[in-house]
Amino acid sequence: MIRHASTGLLSRSIATGVQHRHFSSTEVPAADELFMMAWKRIMPNLDPPKTPLSFVRPRPSSISAADIASKLTVNLVSPYSEFSNREVDMVVVPATTGQMGILPGHMASISELKPGVLSIHDGDDVKKYFISSGFAFIHSNSVADIMATEAVPIEQVDPASVQKWLVEFTQKLSSASTDLEKAEAQIGVDVLVALNSAL
Amino acid sequence: MAALRREGRRFAAPLISNNPIKPFRSSFAPAEEQALLGVRSISTQIVRNRMKSVRNIQKITKAMKMVAASKLRAIQTKAENSRGLWQPFTALLGDTPSVDVKKNVIVTISSDKGLCGGINSTSVKISRGIRKLNSGPDQESKYVILGEKAKVQLVRDSKNDIELIITELQKNPLNYTQVSVLADDILKNVEYDALRIVFNKFQSVVSFLPTTATVLSPEVVEKEAESGGKLGELDSYEIEGGETKSEVLQNLTEFQFSCVMFNAVLENACSEQGARMSAMDSSSRNAGEMLDRLTLTYNRTRQASITTELIEIISGASALEG
Repeated sequence: MIRHASTGLLSRSIATGVQHRHFSSTEVPAADELFMMAWKRIMPNLDPPKTPLSFVRPRPSSISAADIASKLTVNLVSPYSEFSNREVDMVVVPATTGQMGILPGHMASISELKPGVLSIHDGDDVKKYFISSGFAFIHSNSVADIMATEAVPIEQVDPASVQKWLVEFTQKLSSASTDLEKAEAQIGVDVLVALNSAL
Repeated sequence: MAALRREGRRFAAPLISNNPIKPFRSSFAPAEEQALLGVRSISTQIVRNRMKSVRNIQKITKAMKMVAASKLRAIQTKAENSRGLWQPFTALLGDTPSVDVKKNVIVTISSDKGLCGGINSTSVKISRGIRKLNSGPDQESKYVILGEKAKVQLVRDSKNDIELIITELQKNPLNYTQVSVLADDILKNVEYDALRIVFNKFQSVVSFLPTTATVLSPEVVEKEAESGGKLGELDSYEIEGGETKSEVLQNLTEFQFSCVMFNAVLENACSEQGARMSAMDSSSRNAGEMLDRLTLTYNRTRQASITTELIEIISGASALEG
């Protein structure tokens, strides 16, 4: 059933002459055809539910390798806030493998993030945010999505309370008895050390 | 019109009996007088009582509407801020509600309190529809229910298929930590190949769209990526961090689930408040109309009884004269 859907979509995309990318703005299907048809067959009296596909915001279309955008489009999202579609020069993210710099034309990748400082460079203007882990998707059309569970501008972090909590958590770590307590204390220490070094 | 007829019938009944209305003897003086005279007219007391209760209902529903409006304002900003959270996931992994898997888990989100219009019934109908859609020979669907209202409806016919029931979600203001703990709970206790979250998306104060979001388990994501189709490009992404691709994929799908759940719960809460606002608004408007009709009936009754008294006095006087 999925093969049919894929061949159907592929033939449509070949006809329009654009490479098949399901998140390019030129040919995002507004709804999943197969789902709509199956729903109409089974529940003809009820309108089919909408899917996230109908609410997706358009994204810049994919570009071939020769034609790299000059600026990186960055979306920084967290459960409580979002900064979308900002055109910047470079973003440095704290990936689990170390600080990773993202420039326009970066290869497509998915990376896990560890607690640390995210900095957004736009010309001479550098904005720093502290993020507590998340994911970063880099698409081949120079769009970077950074999803963090918490993203706080570094100016809002209070150094005194960071020190206090760091001392407390190191204490907890040394006095932890069960594995669970040790893990919790370790997480706390990691985040606070990163915060500390960022200030 | 039917209401008027019903009221008319109710008031006609005392007219038919010739006995005084006993219940009212003990209560109010004006009613006693009328009862002593014999039942020649409908007691205005009944109409007056009814008007009092309808007026109270109107006040209560108006107050409920104000409360719902203020709650909606508070939670709407949160919901709009959380809308960006699931966009990157849909951009990367697509949304495949037509995916064909063995174990489907339908997460139905509903409200705990009632008086909010038809949104909970629509969610339940959609969940049942999705279940029917995915009822193949070796497919099974289970329910995870959030909220009392869906539980009451689904327990009636699918009691054995319900895995988890979670209520009193909104006791404390909604935040991401609470929802992620909930998502963790669900992921740990339920075996799934695809999670289908059913909720009402808040489009505007008068419009709520039933929506379903699909989250696949890491194994299914890998399978779909290999077989091409919508997730075909996933392999072109280089995975950084974590030891193996499957570990990163697992973290990714868990994170996706908690993000989508957070947005879904917020949107459903907004829809609930919006639906309650419009339900209470129409209810207070109906109460106002009923009050108007009752006032007319009351005035007619009062004037009729005055006229009757006058007629008696005048006929008595004219009989005396000659």
